[in-house]
This record gives sequence, C-alpha cells and structure tokens, in this order.
Amino acid sequence: MRILFLMSSVPDTTSKINFTDNDTKFDESGIQYVINPHDEFGLTKAMQIKEKTGAELVVLNVGTAKTEPVIRKVLAIGADKAVRIDAAPLDSYFTAVQIAHYINNHDKFDLIIAGKESLDYNGGMVHGLVAGMTGKKFINAVMGLELKDNNMVEVAREIDGGKEFIETSLPLIIGGQKGLVKEEELRIPNMRGIMMARKKPLEVLPAVEAAVKTKIDKFEKPAPKGAIKLVDKDNLDELIDLLHNEAKVI
Amino acid sequence: MSILIYAEQQNGKVAKSAKELASYAKAYADKTGQEVVAIGAGLEDAEILFQYGVSKVLNVSDDKLKSFNAFAHAQMIAQAADQQNADLILISDSNDAVYMGPILADKLDAGYVSHVIGLPEDTGNFTVKRKVFSNKGIAYTEVLSDKKLLRLAKNSFGIIESPVTGSVEVFTPEIDKSVYETYKVTKVDKATGKVSLSDADIIVSAGRGLKGPENWGMIEELAEVLGAATACSKPVADIGWRPHTEHVGQTGKQVAPNLYIAIGISGAIQHLAGVNGSKNMLVINNDPEAPFFKAADYGVVGDAFEVVPKLIEKLKAFKNQ
Repeated sequence: MRILFLMSSVPDTTSKINFTDNDTKFDESGIQYVINPHDEFGLTKAMQIKEKTGAELVVLNVGTAKTEPVIRKVLAIGADKAVRIDAAPLDSYFTAVQIAHYINNHDKFDLIIAGKESLDYNGGMVHGLVAGMTGKKFINAVMGLELKDNNMVEVAREIDGGKEFIETSLPLIIGGQKGLVKEEELRIPNMRGIMMARKKPLEVLPAVEAAVKTKIDKFEKPAPKGAIKLVDKDNLDELIDLLHNEAKVI
Repeated sequence: MSILIYAEQQNGKVAKSAKELASYAKAYADKTGQEVVAIGAGLEDAEILFQYGVSKVLNVSDDKLKSFNAFAHAQMIAQAADQQNADLILISDSNDAVYMGPILADKLDAGYVSHVIGLPEDTGNFTVKRKVFSNKGIAYTEVLSDKKLLRLAKNSFGIIESPVTGSVEVFTPEIDKSVYETYKVTKVDKATGKVSLSDADIIVSAGRGLKGPENWGMIEELAEVLGAATACSKPVADIGWRPHTEHVGQTGKQVAPNLYIAIGISGAIQHLAGVNGSKNMLVINNDPEAPFFKAADYGVVGDAFEVVPKLIEKLKAFKNQ
C-alpha cells in the first residue's frame, strides 16, 4: 500500500496577519510556519495505517525552498520520503495541476490524504480539483476512516448537524479534519525522528507550466469592530433591549 | 448569459442559504441585466424563490437526487449551467456544497472562489472580496476564467426581498447513477430535535470558565429559551466536557450566526477566527481583561453562574410578553 500525504505549510494559528507592498502581499516577517492543522489529523491517520500495514508514506508539497523545514517535520514524524514541487503556489488551480501531474506520472497511490482546507488562503478546493484532474474518488471533511477487506473503505464525513457514513473503495482522495484521529493521538516529532529525517530523501521537482484561474489584486484587514457596549450585570433588561431593538436578533 | 444558484433543500423546503444566494445573485443581476435561475432537487416550495429575485427555478423531481451525492449533484448543476448558458454559478457554504464545490469547478472549468463576502466590485474585471487567513484578512480576488463559481460565506450578504414573476420548470438531468454505487451511504447520524450549529441563528457557547461539564445545564437552558444551538471552545472539547462536534474555532467548526454568545471563553485568537463572521457577538465573562471584550459587540462583566440564570429568567419573561 502507498499513501501520498499532501501537505500545506501555513502560518502558525496564533500569527498576527499583516500585508505589505501596498497591501498586495502577505507580510511574512516574523511568521512561523507549521503543518496545516487540518492536515495533521490526516498525517497521524497515515502513520497509523503505515504502522499497521507497512504502507509507504510519501509527503508532497508545492512550495518554494522556504517550506522545507516544515516538510522535514513531516519526515521526522515518520513519512518515508518527501517531494517538493518547486513553485510558489500561485492559486488553487495552479497547485492542483502540479499535484495531479505528479500523481498521474508516478507510482500508484492507494490513499491520498489532504486537509479539508488550508488555513492560509482557505480555498478548500485543491484536493477536489486534483480528484477531477486525476479521475480519482474523493470525499471531503472526513472525520473517520476505516480500511476494510478487498480495498473497501468506510469513511465518515461531516454533514450539517451530523455525520454520514460512506462505503467506497481505494484508491481514494480525502480532505481530512478533526475527528479523523483523536486530538491526543496527534504526532509530534521526537529527537530520534528529527535525526532520521535528515537522512531521508527530499526530492525537488520542477513545476509544470500551468495557468491560474484567479489572482489576488490586493489585501485588506477586516474593519475594526466598533466599541463594545458594556451592560451592567444588574441591568440585564438593558441587554435584552439592545439585543431586541438594536441588534434585532431576539 | 444567466446567473445560476444551487438551491439546497431542508426537509423538502428551500433552505435559508438559497434565499441569501438568490439575494446576492439578484443584486448583481440588476447591474448586468442577467436573469437569475435556480437549480434544486425536490423543492416543494420552489415558488418562494421568486420573492428573492429568481425568475426561473429548475426543479429536479428524480428521487435519487433528493439525497445528496457530490458527484451526482455536480453533474446536475453543470448540466443546468450549460442549458441556461450561465457564466456565474453560486453555491452556499453548507458541508455538502463545500464538498461539491471543487468537483463542480473542475466540471465547469470555472475559476472558483470560496468564502466570498461581497458583490463583484464592478462589471468589468470580475473581482470579489473573500475572507482569507481564517477571517484575519480579506483578499480582493479577480476571477480570470469565463465561467465563475463562487461560494458565498453564510450571513455575509443577507436576505433581501426583491419579488419578480417567475416560473418553475421540471429539469431532468442525465446523471451517471454509478456514483451512488461508488459512494454508498450506509448510515447517517444526525441529532434530531436539536438546532444544528450550521443552521442556528443564535449560538450559545461556553468555555473553561464554566468549571466543569456538570454546569452546562444553564447553557442548554439558555439555548433552549433562545432557540439556539450550543457550542464550546477547544479546551472544553479536548478535555471531554463537551463533544468535539460542538467545538467552534479555527480548527473546529466555523460559524456565522446572527448572534454568538460566549460565556466563560477568554477569546483566544484561534477561537475568534472561527466565530468572527457572526453578525453580533455577546460576551459574558468575569475577567474584564479577557480579549473577547475587544472583539464583541455587547458585553457583561460578571460571574457566569450569577449572570446566566438571571438572563434566562429575564428572557423567559421577555418571550412571554
């Protein structure tokens, strides 16, 4: 069995977000990059499957050399080898073309695991576009996955207000999220893993030519909130009046 | 050229999200002179969409399509888009639509933008605002392709009445039904009789300030009085006081109700990233320095165990008026 883990490197979730160059670029100064939190659940799931079945785990990232420390982290957690497609991910479509090209031209993968959305540009579409471009099956917002006999797999996906269980078969692309493994099971690199990661192969491939379908012209920060209206705890009638007459929500 | 919206249904009725999509489409159509068309499956009250500017509803009666399959529904919508010569297609951010979005974008060869929060700036360059960096930034995103697929963020545009005369037509797409075999739904777990987080207009959320899971009775009671859904912060879900399905925040569920009530939640940046799409936020916390007070619209500084029961009584009296 072979598993491909599609990793997105994103700003640490506690980062303050700023823009630069006349608000046309994300300001990377002082930003720490981490494995996309939604991806972490899928990575741990991949490790669990690897340990159970002896599967090979390959991590793939589309990014510049700046993402390598985060790729090494995935190797330290236990992936066998890494591939970086050397390009700034210009938009989701461009990124999906790169990944689909890799999948279509390399050894077969049974399970391809991404996160449901990356927490930088929040597109939530690369996995599904790759499915379209490669003709592979795809399930999103996956909160549970169990391998069965004969290449069958049972997947739980989040629906509004609950879960839906789907029976399908490998090969399969999933968009993972919380629930796929328990929070306390999430893996972090240990010293031995970090040492071993240094020796693991990290192949850098050139990007293929691809168009973009979207382009960001400029950024802005959300308008600052107006001042909060504080209500005395002994005057909750005023609060009810504000919610009813001003906010019009009750 | 027309604008096509995907009208989802809930127990057979047109979902609220469809009315917001219709309102958005109509506002843009008024600038471009286009027609707004809706596509849906098994809409029992399709005519309601005329109220929000939809002049044609394509209603699919195929029983199979009444239950959601991302690949079947993507085929259905893509065929409707072709038939109606639609160059702009709108979907909601329900879990189903989010799943289907990229599949549909691929079928249509459309540029796809998610978390859209505003109308296109002008009718020349097609540039829309979208939320990025988990609500911490806004990106003006230009769509370069002929066909455009937008996923509208819930509650970002609002529902606006704009009645037109319309017609409902039966639409019969040709669906490759093998997708129902490829993806076989074996079971659906859905809490019944409870307001779901995705649909809720009001959410009552609580955090570690509640001190223990045994104290959630008043949170549930407050939610019941308000017809609200209950939610919680990440630490509370992580220590098992509440189910993970209730966790809202950057890595949990992203919500955008009309009113978000945060009780005993300090307001860490990751929590705020999941809730600051809410129209109004009310914070109840005994620590006046809690960061949530900088993000909320309304606040009460006080002990939750004192304020919440009093608020429940007051609200009951208010509701009985």
